Amino acid sequence: MPSNKSVSDAPIFQFTNCRILRNHELQREDLWVREGKILNPEKLFFDEKGSADIQLDCKDSIIAPGFIDVQINGGFGVDFSLATDDFKSGIDLVSQKILSHGVTSFCPTLVTSPPSVYHQILPQISVRNGGAHGAGILGVHLEGPFISKEKKGAHPERCLRTFEAGAFQDLLATYGSLDCVRIVTLAPEMKRSSEVIRELTQRGICVSLGHSVANLSQAEEAVQQGATFITHLFNAMLPFHHRDPGIVGLLTSDKIPAGRRVFYGMISDGIHTNPAALRIAHRAHPKGLVLVTDAIAGMGLAPGRHTLGQQVVEIDGLNTYIAGTKTLSGSVATMDTCVRHFLEATGCSVETALEAASLHPAQLLGIEHEKGTLNYDSDADFLMLSDSLYVQATYIAGEQVWRRDASGM
Amino acid sequence: MRLVILEDYDQASEWAAKYICNRIIQFKPNQGRYFTLGLPTGNTPLGCYKKLIEYHKNGDLSFKYVKTFNMDEYVGLPRNHPESYHSYMWNNFFKHVDIDPNNAHILDGNAPDLQAECDAFEKKIEEAGGIDLFVGGIGPDGHIAFNEPGSSLSSRTRLKTLAMDTILANAKYFDGDLSKVPTMALTVGVGTVMDAREVMILITGAHKAFALYKAIEEGVNHMWTVSAFQQHPRTIFVCDEDATLELRVKTVKYFKG
Repeated sequence: MPSNKSVSDAPIFQFTNCRILRNHELQREDLWVREGKILNPEKLFFDEKGSADIQLDCKDSIIAPGFIDVQINGGFGVDFSLATDDFKSGIDLVSQKILSHGVTSFCPTLVTSPPSVYHQILPQISVRNGGAHGAGILGVHLEGPFISKEKKGAHPERCLRTFEAGAFQDLLATYGSLDCVRIVTLAPEMKRSSEVIRELTQRGICVSLGHSVANLSQAEEAVQQGATFITHLFNAMLPFHHRDPGIVGLLTSDKIPAGRRVFYGMISDGIHTNPAALRIAHRAHPKGLVLVTDAIAGMGLAPGRHTLGQQVVEIDGLNTYIAGTKTLSGSVATMDTCVRHFLEATGCSVETALEAASLHPAQLLGIEHEKGTLNYDSDADFLMLSDSLYVQATYIAGEQVWRRDASGM
Repeated sequence: MRLVILEDYDQASEWAAKYICNRIIQFKPNQGRYFTLGLPTGNTPLGCYKKLIEYHKNGDLSFKYVKTFNMDEYVGLPRNHPESYHSYMWNNFFKHVDIDPNNAHILDGNAPDLQAECDAFEKKIEEAGGIDLFVGGIGPDGHIAFNEPGSSLSSRTRLKTLAMDTILANAKYFDGDLSKVPTMALTVGVGTVMDAREVMILITGAHKAFALYKAIEEGVNHMWTVSAFQQHPRTIFVCDEDATLELRVKTVKYFKG
């Protein structure tokens, strides 16, 4: 039946025979889409006397909001921290390729680099909507260089910096521009970090704690100043100690300001975190868990050597190390692999696993009214998944942008 | 009248749904000739709606050429409130079938001029050619729609204050909080339903038994407004065994025979 044209001429799509993730549970409901947004069919029926133009049978698929990856350093041979001539086409390639992993929005991440690299690369990245060309870019995640020497992980020591001289001005000079920066990871134990955290937070930039030897009070102070995220929990921070839980203690801290929630990234590729540790974190603070890939250039490529910023790394299966060492450096797991592994390792519900990759990152970035849910009027970025959470099709703004073909590619 | 007694709720629901389905199919509705159906809300018809949806999904029944008129709606409840009758009809029926939204009529309890809204509703029924089959239920106080005890048996669509019995019965849908239950509603009148060419009343459960007894074994009385249908030429009461608990054995045997 044709839609009523009183409000809009745009066609109305009704996705039927599916289970949609809504209100934290899988419901047997149809999904309605118009003009790239999720439509309220009851309002359409009674207010506009409208009905669907096109009905699509989803063959009992699960429909979930598109995944949001807030920490991804590259993939498919592209390294976001390497200033190449064809940087733009590199980021385009990754944004297109990750559609098949169910990622509809992401934050390209730059690891610790010299200022010249930031000055060259940052102007080439812009916040943009996703579509058939690829996943949307929400903004850049700058991981470093204001991090701890002791917990630099795979970051190059020679590029590390402190805030001592000019605090926020130093940061601005290092990065060059904060125009499309969405997240900054820093070590809060550094002198003058409080002023920097305050200034970044005031500018709407999410401050994340990571690559740090901060104790719990320093971490709590950082949260008081505005920090809301922890970069890859457990990795590159002091281990949990029962008399000083360190940054990990934020998960159950009673010093979090009222009305705020601390989120924490977890790389659930089965390597960066032992499943038991994953379970401890999840059980302690389930609503704060954000799945990230921390994927590097080698993701999607064959095993071997690849670059990660100023370093060379070696891939062997799902393991990636700084070449010649046993220091982990990023991962090559895809987002959907992380979701499945998280589901299996924690025994959590399908809804919980899906929300860790969609709702929670959206809440972290304060965009849950547009992204991360299938609520009425939010952006129609969604996935069709099998029961075992393999992505069958990816949609951005209601348009199918990727589909698994018969051969499973 | 016809009194059809089925063993339990599920069978009563199915019988009623099959009856409605057959009526529509036999009518052979088309572009120029719609079948008009009056519809109830509440707990009782849920099973019947489920069956109708099943017949539709099986391809046996289409609502493309059916016009519906609901009996009532609360006043002052936002249309998208989960307990409004608009929400009820959308979730339990309309969203599962192929009815044209222009043909689904429900009174608007938030209209600026409530009486004008009621008058317009009567007019729409008239313009649709009257109701072919009006399906209704019965309240524990014997009311049809929101025609509470004391309503005129020749009443038309209008604003009514709800009786305490009704408010108490509805409290369970509003977290058991009496203060949250609407106190007024727009409702079709007894006269409005009496105008239908055929009427089917669904009555299930022991808690409705006394009302059924009052409605069919006692006189026509404005305190038990369903009793008005004793004077309708074509009414069917569909019930389960439990609803007959207050009837005389003789009555039940007669209609079962």
